[in-house]
Amino acid sequence: MTAISVNRKTYEINATEDTPLLWVLRDELGLTGTKFGCGIAQCGVCTVHVDGMAVRSCQMPVGTVGERAITTIEGVGETSAGARVQKAWLDLEVVQCGYCQPGQIMSAAALLAANPDPDDEAIDAAMAGNLCRCGTYVRIRQGIKHAARS
Amino acid sequence: MPRDPEAMQAGTLSRRAVLRGGAAVLGGLFIGIELPAGRARADEPQAAGAALSAFVHVPAQGRVSLIMPAVEMGQGVYTSQAMCMAEELDVGLDQIEAIHAPPDREHYGHPIFYVQATGGSTTTMAWTEPLRRAGATARAMLVAAAAAEWSVPTSELVTARGVITHPGSGRAQRYGDVADRAARMPTPADVPLKSPEQFRLIGTRARRIDTPDKVVGKAVYGIDVRLPGMTFAALTASPVLGGKVEHVDEAPALAMPGVRQVVVLDDIVAVVADNTWIAEQALRALDIAWSPGANAALDQAQLWADTETAATGPGVTVRKEGDATGKLAAGALVEAAYELPFLAHTSLETQNCTLHVHDGACEIWVGTQVPGYAQAGAAQVLGIPPEKVTVHNHLIGGGFGGRLEAGPIVTATRIAQKVAGPVKVIWSREQDIRQDMFRPLYHNRLKARIENDRITAWHHRVTGPSILARWLPPAFKDGIDSDAIDGAAEPPYALGDMLVEYVRHENGVPFSFWRGVGPNSTVFSVESFLDLIARKSGADPVALRRGLLQKNPRARAVLDAAAAKAGWGTPLAASAFGARRGRGVALMHAFGSLLACVAEVAVTDGGDVRVTKVVVAADIGRIINPDTVVAQVEGGVVFGIATVLHNRITFAGGRVEQTNFNDYRLLRINEMPTIEVELMASTEKSGGIGEPGTVIVQPAVANAVFAATGVQLTRMPLDASLIARSV
Ligand code: FES
Ligand code: FES
Repeated sequence: MTAISVNRKTYEINATEDTPLLWVLRDELGLTGTKFGCGIAQCGVCTVHVDGMAVRSCQMPVGTVGERAITTIEGVGETSAGARVQKAWLDLEVVQCGYCQPGQIMSAAALLAANPDPDDEAIDAAMAGNLCRCGTYVRIRQGIKHAARS
Repeated sequence: MPRDPEAMQAGTLSRRAVLRGGAAVLGGLFIGIELPAGRARADEPQAAGAALSAFVHVPAQGRVSLIMPAVEMGQGVYTSQAMCMAEELDVGLDQIEAIHAPPDREHYGHPIFYVQATGGSTTTMAWTEPLRRAGATARAMLVAAAAAEWSVPTSELVTARGVITHPGSGRAQRYGDVADRAARMPTPADVPLKSPEQFRLIGTRARRIDTPDKVVGKAVYGIDVRLPGMTFAALTASPVLGGKVEHVDEAPALAMPGVRQVVVLDDIVAVVADNTWIAEQALRALDIAWSPGANAALDQAQLWADTETAATGPGVTVRKEGDATGKLAAGALVEAAYELPFLAHTSLETQNCTLHVHDGACEIWVGTQVPGYAQAGAAQVLGIPPEKVTVHNHLIGGGFGGRLEAGPIVTATRIAQKVAGPVKVIWSREQDIRQDMFRPLYHNRLKARIENDRITAWHHRVTGPSILARWLPPAFKDGIDSDAIDGAAEPPYALGDMLVEYVRHENGVPFSFWRGVGPNSTVFSVESFLDLIARKSGADPVALRRGLLQKNPRARAVLDAAAAKAGWGTPLAASAFGARRGRGVALMHAFGSLLACVAEVAVTDGGDVRVTKVVVAADIGRIINPDTVVAQVEGGVVFGIATVLHNRITFAGGRVEQTNFNDYRLLRINEMPTIEVELMASTEKSGGIGEPGTVIVQPAVANAVFAATGVQLTRMPLDASLIARSV
């Protein structure tokens, strides 16, 4: 049995080691804020933090997580960058259907934690892996800049 | 989408609608509304009743519940519907609780479609009046109850934030305090609504009520539903459209730990397991023999050719004014055909449905735009009465028309029927695309006669299937699909003698509504064709359109606003993306809204296109929430750019060739233009805004590419090889 740390809680899990972290979070732990969209690292809706780095959880076998700390959308509000991004998202009404937004927020929070004042190029580089079918990109870009200033 | 012209006439609906009020099992005051009986009736079994058959519930204690007839899928209608009720009821948006309506056509059936549906950019048009009346009636009854208690005239009472005050005596009480008594008052008829000057919510940038839960991962979409003892199912359909299962050996899947069951239907194989991943892996371990059936030879080139052939066949006259045919036969002709591809919906939340079938009943947890069809579809599969099917509707992770069909729910029901206990059926992205009901192929042929630089005759022939004939049969009248020709029958321009025709052509590929619906094909074609005429006659595209709008000042004002804001006619700055640059314009009138768009593109030598700037001016009538309107335009524009640049579903050997986002590309943030939206002040009736941004940007981009390259592409999406510099 594997144990992983998610949002600073330790969970014993039953899933086999090759199970992607995404499905452990969603189906076993009930942390359904992390979404499924493509399963092939194309859409980014499954993004979580692994030791603060944005990672596509659909591509990460749970057996490779080890001691590293997982943070999901349910826990990212505990971090300064995460809380600022969530607030900016509401201040600017970034969200439409919202399905992609946990992934967008996780990518944006990791970006801000590493680069407190990202320019457009840095935003493009960090966010290009996160699709939004509702087309909220104008406000995602504004939201990151708004969060950076806050 | 269909419009019931009778119901759409201003005020008809609200005058004929009868308000009902009264006490209910839960206590407090309920206000519902009965819609006119004369609406088109779809062939849908009667949906079950529900405990909360009302729009407004004022309980003795706690928050006011507003029951939302239209479902939230990102378009902001939760907030705009609540604003309409709260405006008239005089409560704050922070004092209410929004609840999705249960399947109940009598109470929540769409005033235009009659069936219970959210779509076609119609929520605001359809529901604003009824919801305002429900709020106003509830308020009037609460005030009447307080006035009776205090023995003062109702005119001396004022209301704000759920409190009734009598300023003369300083007395005050909460709505909840009088709710039970109010419920026993007679329901007043024709309660006056506020005049626009009295609005304190409508027209303001109100904060959305659905978003706080969405940014912290707490919002529950259909795919997030969890039930005790739930299993998870993955499914596959035949790679060849419509193929059937010939043989499958279940053993390899059943041998895998965590696999519970293999379900084999005639057209679907599903694996039920302890989690989604195991189910998906086990499904892949199966070697399924499919019999391809009639579609094995279905091929894209043939599909295009068949549509083109059909376009030359007999059609139905939609509009005829003057003698367009005669004039066009006399020569001086411009002629072109525009072809639009199959498209997938690809909401980021893949299709999914959780069911529990037991003891002659069925519970469904799903996000759907059509809860009534879902209920009826499941009931039919199970052979039980609809009232035995409970639909728990959820937030939708992107609709775009893909949740306007009950097909996936029916498929999931057929699987769940064979499973003990609750099961969540999840489509992989590959299956979501393969099993989608696509935006159909459309073919538009246009002819115009030009005399002395004027258009004197116009012929538009739209060829495509009829979605309405299947989805809302009563709306398919006289052989005309009013959605397919929307945007062709009544363009905003004066075009001389007119002939508009529709040819119904269906090719066996499943099809359904898709964001932008009919106008996606008609407006694209009309606007592309006008640029072709402008090019042939040496006219400026904006000047040409202005000349056709002399009798339509409202449309011309929108066009002028977009052109001015975009700096139409000024030189374009160089772009690092590509040396060839161009600007394109487009104008539309559909969904009750007028929009004009100017797009700027840069084109590489290799023919790759980048949209660098988009300006939209919109007159959508009276606006409920301007910030949501801007967001819908921005999002619609992004959706439309992906469409015109990248998107198509194609068939080869009966198989859909696209599988996932690697080959069905959505726009990414690094490909984004700047987007500027100007909302025109307007007191006209509210129009829709969910679709227009998608519709209007596509011809604007195509026209910009035409301007940049001198080549007009007529089959979408834009094909880089045809505009590469060397060819
Ligand atoms: S689900 Fe992981 S990137 Fe799409
Ligand atoms: S908000 Fe709907 S997919 Fe991004």
